Amino acid sequence: MNSIVEFLKRREVLLGIVVLCMIAIIGSINPNFLQIRNLISVYNDTSILIILALGQMLVILTRCIDLSVAANLALTGMVVGLLNAAFPGFPVEGLIVLAVLMGACLGAINGAFVWLLGVPAIVVTLGTMSIYRGSIFLLSGGDWVNAHQMSPAFLAIPRQLFLGVPVLSWMSLIVIALMVYITRFRPFGRQFFAAGGNPRAAFYTGINVGFVQFRAFVISGALAGLCGYLWVSRYAVAYTEVANGFELQVVAACVIGGISIMGGVGTVAGAFLGALFLGIISNSLSIIGVSQFWQMAISGAVIIIAVIANSRSEKKPGRIILREAVAADAIDESARGDTRPATGQ
Amino acid sequence: MKINKFLTTAAATLGLALSPLAMADEYRIALVVKSLGNGFFEAAYEGAQEAAAELGNVEVIYTGPTSTTAEGQIEVITSLIAQNVDAIAVSANDADALVPILRRAQQRGIEVISWDSGVAVEGRSIHLSPSNDQLIGEMNITLAAQSLRQTGAESGQFAIMSATPTSTNQNIWIEEMEKVLPNFPELELVDIVYGDDLADKSYRETQALLSNYPDLKVIVAPTTVGFLAAAQAVRDEGRIGEVYVTGLGLPSELAGHVDAGTVHSFAIWNPIDLGYAATHIAYDLLNGSATNEEVSMGRLGTGRVDHEGNVAMAEPFIYDASNVHDFADIF
Repeated sequence: MNSIVEFLKRREVLLGIVVLCMIAIIGSINPNFLQIRNLISVYNDTSILIILALGQMLVILTRCIDLSVAANLALTGMVVGLLNAAFPGFPVEGLIVLAVLMGACLGAINGAFVWLLGVPAIVVTLGTMSIYRGSIFLLSGGDWVNAHQMSPAFLAIPRQLFLGVPVLSWMSLIVIALMVYITRFRPFGRQFFAAGGNPRAAFYTGINVGFVQFRAFVISGALAGLCGYLWVSRYAVAYTEVANGFELQVVAACVIGGISIMGGVGTVAGAFLGALFLGIISNSLSIIGVSQFWQMAISGAVIIIAVIANSRSEKKPGRIILREAVAADAIDESARGDTRPATGQ
Repeated sequence: MKINKFLTTAAATLGLALSPLAMADEYRIALVVKSLGNGFFEAAYEGAQEAAAELGNVEVIYTGPTSTTAEGQIEVITSLIAQNVDAIAVSANDADALVPILRRAQQRGIEVISWDSGVAVEGRSIHLSPSNDQLIGEMNITLAAQSLRQTGAESGQFAIMSATPTSTNQNIWIEEMEKVLPNFPELELVDIVYGDDLADKSYRETQALLSNYPDLKVIVAPTTVGFLAAAQAVRDEGRIGEVYVTGLGLPSELAGHVDAGTVHSFAIWNPIDLGYAATHIAYDLLNGSATNEEVSMGRLGTGRVDHEGNVAMAEPFIYDASNVHDFADIF
């Protein structure tokens, strides 16, 4: 019984229930929403946000923040768009690899500032955000890359159906799977939690905290680069203001998903559900005929509620200084006839 | 208060006294656009340069914020006042928010005009409309009727995809569209949605339109970002031939969609001419040769000024498969 309550109290489970309720309510107002075709389309539309939120999660876990993701996305998107327009024969797979590498390099710039120079991440990424955005303008001269300038293969990849689901959605599913694997089973992934949860302790266990932060930025950048291609291809247009302000949605998805801004706390499921939540809101409100102004208000209210929930769950009743003594007490108590088996949970 | 006034006057006098010395007889005209990196405004800049080359003693400063906000434009204009330019020609992100800063510019002796998207009367001397708002509204509805005929239907539903809900020109055009609608009984307006000039939001709004109104025949988008996103969404949903997108857009951006069949026809005035005319009008004002009734627009002839300082350039031009590729290389 206790374990069920504990299970229900977990952020991911709560959020999952909220998302399901939301889908049910929207479905009851407009049954069209529940058509498989539509649900796939909503998920597909949210895929880019999910990928970016997972990258952002790693950065936030290490007590940093990456505000340059949207600008990174727009810059790599513009570069691959321009390359494709100039060399239509160049294989698109090569362009995708290039986008990921370029995004990773842009992320590495952020990471290097944080790691080697110790500049606060919010300042660095605020700066690079403007630099990347400005570079797009310098590169393109303000011109747009339009649908007819892109090669058919360039536009086709995210739209191709595999088992009835577009490749764009599959890409986000692959990223989710990779992230789960890394953050749960690889020391490489666990280090993000260690570095953010308690940097000093992490340092004493031999983890180079700055380097871990650097790696988080590189991964976030690489994913932003991937999304750069996906975005430009999906909307079939590249221009300076692509994904303007999208970084805030990405951070919001993480916060709603219970990723603690204080670092060290968060799960892939949380970030995923946070992004899905925002995606469903922005896709459904116009379908059920709610004014778009509510959209902003609802997202804002949910973010604040999520932050309050986060800070409450992180509030500790007080610091335990003598852990050994507490542990000894606990052992005493269990010896005094507590019959519950120690591994029963 | 008094000191303040004195300072303002002193600064203005100084500015007036210094400017002829500093830049001889060259006029510096600032072209302030809604945001940088928009093909439409780049084309307007091209026209402004053409006018500058014609006039000889004009330097055009092309500037604007990186995102379409009034705050960004206020910053840009503040710095232009500090640079003591001779004239500011602005396409406003907000009709009222820019008035205080533009009045300050006027107090410093700077000629202020607005073009494309207007500033309220108090904030400028002349507003150059790309066309007559009424003509644009009519044009959009005519295009919708044209597209409707393409679907083979006698009558049908259409929806409007706008930019932001506070965009001055969008709202006026929508108003004008609604006014002429009774003359087109075959068209039924079912919804107006706002894509905020963001590709992803416009795309999503289009998907919602397509799912909410299965019988929708036409989407009218008097804004380029919304137009492109709507056309792409119609294409991705496999509704080519059933739903047409039309409105105001640039040939270079829409040529692909005309080829694909998502767009039958669309209209736009020539943005090159718009920048060209705005520069000529600013020059005319600086030169003192403009009157209360007429301003020169160079090769486009003279513009008639109405009692509120509005000048209309020309009526929008229709592009379709027959001519879009000829213009796609230009703008």
